[in-house]
Amino acid sequence: MVAPTTPAEIGGIGHSLQRKEDARLIEGQGNFLDDIDLPNTLHMAILRSPLAHARINGIDSEAAMALDGVLAVVTGDLMDQHGLAWMPTLSGDTQAVLATDKVRYQGQEVAAVIATDPYIATDALELIEVDYEELPPITTPQQSLEEGAALIRDEKEGQTDNLAYTWETGDQGATEEAFAKADRVVTLETHYPRSHPAPLETCGIVADINSVTGQATIYMTSQAPHAHRTLFAMVAGLPEQNIRIVSPDIGGGFGNKVPIYPGYVVATAASLLIGQPVKWVESRTENLISTGFARDYYMKGELAVTDEGRILGLRVNMLSDQGAFYSDAQPTQFRAGLFHVVTGSYDFPAAHIDCKGAFTNKAPGGVAYRCSFRITEASYLIERLVQNAAYEVGIDPAEMRLRNFIQPEQFPYETATGFVYDSGDYPTALRTAMDEVGYEDLRREQAEARAEGRLIGIGIAHFTEAVGAGPSRTYDIAGLKMIDSAELRVHPTGKAILKLGVKTQGQGHETTFAQIVAEVLGIPANDIKVEHGDTNHTPYGLGTYASRSTPVGGAATAVVARKLADKSKKIAAHLLEAADEDIELASGVFSVAGSPDRSVTIQDVALAAYTNLPEGMEYGLEDVTYYDPPNLTYPYGSYIVVVEVDPDTGVWQVQRMVALDDCGVRINPMIVEGQICGGLTEGFAMSAMQWITFDEDGNCIGANFMDYLVPTAWETPRFELLATEVPSPHHPIGAKGVGESATVGSPAAFVNAVIDAVAHLGVRNIDMPVLPDRVWAAIEEAS
Amino acid sequence: MFPSRFDLVVAQTVAEAVEAKVDAGEGGRFLAGGQSLIPMMKMRVAFPETLIDINRIGGLDAIERANGHLRVGALVRHADVVASDATFGAVASAAPWVADPLVRNRGTMCGSVAHCDPEGDWNSVLFATGADVIAQGPGGERSISIADFVDGAFTSTLGEEELVVGLRIPVPSGRSGGAYLKLERKIGDYATVAVASHLELDDSGAISAAGLALTSVNPINTKVGDAEALMVGQQPSEELFAEAAELAAAAAEPRDDVRGTAAWKRQVVRTYTKRGLAAAAQQAEGS
Repeated sequence: MVAPTTPAEIGGIGHSLQRKEDARLIEGQGNFLDDIDLPNTLHMAILRSPLAHARINGIDSEAAMALDGVLAVVTGDLMDQHGLAWMPTLSGDTQAVLATDKVRYQGQEVAAVIATDPYIATDALELIEVDYEELPPITTPQQSLEEGAALIRDEKEGQTDNLAYTWETGDQGATEEAFAKADRVVTLETHYPRSHPAPLETCGIVADINSVTGQATIYMTSQAPHAHRTLFAMVAGLPEQNIRIVSPDIGGGFGNKVPIYPGYVVATAASLLIGQPVKWVESRTENLISTGFARDYYMKGELAVTDEGRILGLRVNMLSDQGAFYSDAQPTQFRAGLFHVVTGSYDFPAAHIDCKGAFTNKAPGGVAYRCSFRITEASYLIERLVQNAAYEVGIDPAEMRLRNFIQPEQFPYETATGFVYDSGDYPTALRTAMDEVGYEDLRREQAEARAEGRLIGIGIAHFTEAVGAGPSRTYDIAGLKMIDSAELRVHPTGKAILKLGVKTQGQGHETTFAQIVAEVLGIPANDIKVEHGDTNHTPYGLGTYASRSTPVGGAATAVVARKLADKSKKIAAHLLEAADEDIELASGVFSVAGSPDRSVTIQDVALAAYTNLPEGMEYGLEDVTYYDPPNLTYPYGSYIVVVEVDPDTGVWQVQRMVALDDCGVRINPMIVEGQICGGLTEGFAMSAMQWITFDEDGNCIGANFMDYLVPTAWETPRFELLATEVPSPHHPIGAKGVGESATVGSPAAFVNAVIDAVAHLGVRNIDMPVLPDRVWAAIEEAS
Repeated sequence: MFPSRFDLVVAQTVAEAVEAKVDAGEGGRFLAGGQSLIPMMKMRVAFPETLIDINRIGGLDAIERANGHLRVGALVRHADVVASDATFGAVASAAPWVADPLVRNRGTMCGSVAHCDPEGDWNSVLFATGADVIAQGPGGERSISIADFVDGAFTSTLGEEELVVGLRIPVPSGRSGGAYLKLERKIGDYATVAVASHLELDDSGAISAAGLALTSVNPINTKVGDAEALMVGQQPSEELFAEAAELAAAAAEPRDDVRGTAAWKRQVVRTYTKRGLAAAAQQAEGS
């Protein structure tokens, strides 16, 4: 690890500064969406479909309207009169705001009640009568694409089947050639199950539209307030200068708070029509059944390998379950997100990826749950495949990886699907993790345990992520380029305010972004206030998700701080009566080259910026930068998990979990480790227990925290964290994103460990979640 | 999550509580820890018209041994059972497996027993130890054996005007041991499968009394009577417990669901019965 260059009292890059935001959050002084309590606020509750697929023949809201305290019952027909019954999705599809014709999944929004308090609003829901005509539900994408399957999207012009999209990438010819040369082909068919980000705080909105001025102040749990402002302007037709989105403290996002949900649109329309603020806060069940699911990919991967364990090529067929509307949050031109990063950490020449998505009678979503647009699924597939290939070839899974890694001298490395990896040293990372876990000894212990009838497994995942979307030539969301920004103002007393286009949901921006400025200008991090989330007070940006804050917003922050450093040097030169080029800046002190006793501080310079300037210079010390990243950044890691499986019950326990992460330069190592521990816990959850499933009628199983399992400290293994630090060559401070690495990388490590425990029996796949009954059945079947 | 409208009666004595229940009739529900009832109300699957809060009633919070029994009052929280040194065997073993620490701090053992959730832990322990439920109604107090008390899933033979005021669990006088083995998906989850075992040994080391009951694998918590009868009079052994485990597996009628397949659940019953009885025997032999 690189030592910090600034002293602790400045707290630049590399210092594990305590999080500046924690005091207010821990002491109950946070300001979350539901804390916002405007005068005359009305409350909204949403009536949701109990059925997965049904025609709506009529809605009778008379009894609900008659209830004391009810102001309005909003239906799809009413929304339709204002052109708002449907809205665009982030993937170019349309989504129902309130159902007009059919309901297409259980939990779909059918009507909304606006009342004087939330109890009355909920009471009124029970008085609305909907005449449903049941239709056969389609609950799997395979079923959905069968000949003669009922058409889910019958309202969509030109849609004659349930296909949501097709997309392919890579070189099919070269891949066929590679497979022709292979000694063997290793195949894995696996399902990455549907999960949900399940942030602690659910989604919500307070829409406050002034009927006289037209000012729309929208408080919402938004990971991307600026993008949402523009989308509100485009969808609702409100003039953008009158829209102010305020995203207050957010209790976790994980991708769940990227999309615009129907509830937001209805609450906004209701506030516009009634002229009072309207608040809507999801219940836990609403959050789990209707907003932003993730994953749900059925993947078939084939790896062409030689008898020496060299990978020659990769072929992937993927079928995604999109639910009723195609609403993936993703860079527009890639239908399956960045799934083509599926070539992983390995050097081979050919790959071909063939994807399609199907509509089903399930909730829409496809959000990037703590991952950079479908990278989690891709990373899981390649790491499972490589492990299985090692078994087939007959070499150790670690050796298999070492034989195929992209080597440090090959960077920048262009993959078979066109990503250009920026930097890395994969062999060192894996070997370091292996040394830490005691890999050779573990393999011996495993063999001894097997002789006693005990099942120990060692699983490896060496993932490479692609984060920090993204370069404008390739990346946009709904046409908006994925740039981001920072505005820095240094006040006369040398204190500063930094305004960001990105938005923290717990990542610690208020601390880490101040540290970037502290590093460059030498203003103590604790003297720098970081503002974010209010579109009236921050520069434009696409928001925080897909580990893009540090790669894009962090880069903007470094660049704007450097702009101010350049101006500051000129001011210092003026104060010190020296030439501009002779001024050196270190830890907030400007000195003259060769005479270090001649110096002024950044605080002196800040005052001078408003009081005493060189001839012709403009007053003030502030600037703004919009950063268009030249490339993504590619963090990676080597994870090793050791499990013991109870052969009588299939129950497995994690014995060790060693996680080495390389995210380039670490701005705040403590916060990085916190991110990694959180991500590993979520990865463990998905591998062990967490999924949203449906019965054959399309009823969602996983609609509350009794059924959708979030692990506690009790279940969560202890993590042993390691780091290497290969900087990103193109990022201004060498940093890469890290928020999602551990969620992306760890599921394969956990699953590979369980497979490894029973691989000698011939088991090659157990789908996630790796529930004990699945493990026991796999052992039974193999024995 | 907003419940529908209800009236609240705060009772100061058992008599007041019973009287309030008589007044409220079918629409009345007693509120102790509320760890099942309140979530059901917030999810609007329960709509009591009147809640009768018994938390202020004095004298119901004791857990103590008296006259050869462990007596547990209606306001004894699961956490009190965990902390108590009056418990024994399967009772002590089960307590830390009930729900999660938050629920254990408020939820009551009697409330859980009265709720008769087949996925609840306590009724299996009561079956294995042969406990009684004490109920009080307008006509006074009566004692109901757990076998007579549990009527079905979420239903008991408790009268509409009766309140469960306590439990009476016989404390073995000789050597004894017990265990509660629970497979759950995470802390706070209901049992996927759980097995309560209870063994008493005579002077020769033979089993003089045996209790065995299963959680979550039948429509109600299930006492495995044939396995109990099989074990009485026998010396503890791996073979005996394996045989008992087969009877337990046969008594289980689990279903395929999101927690796992029926075949696997039966296998867990088999495994946990063997392991639970072995642990109970080991504890008894060391007592």
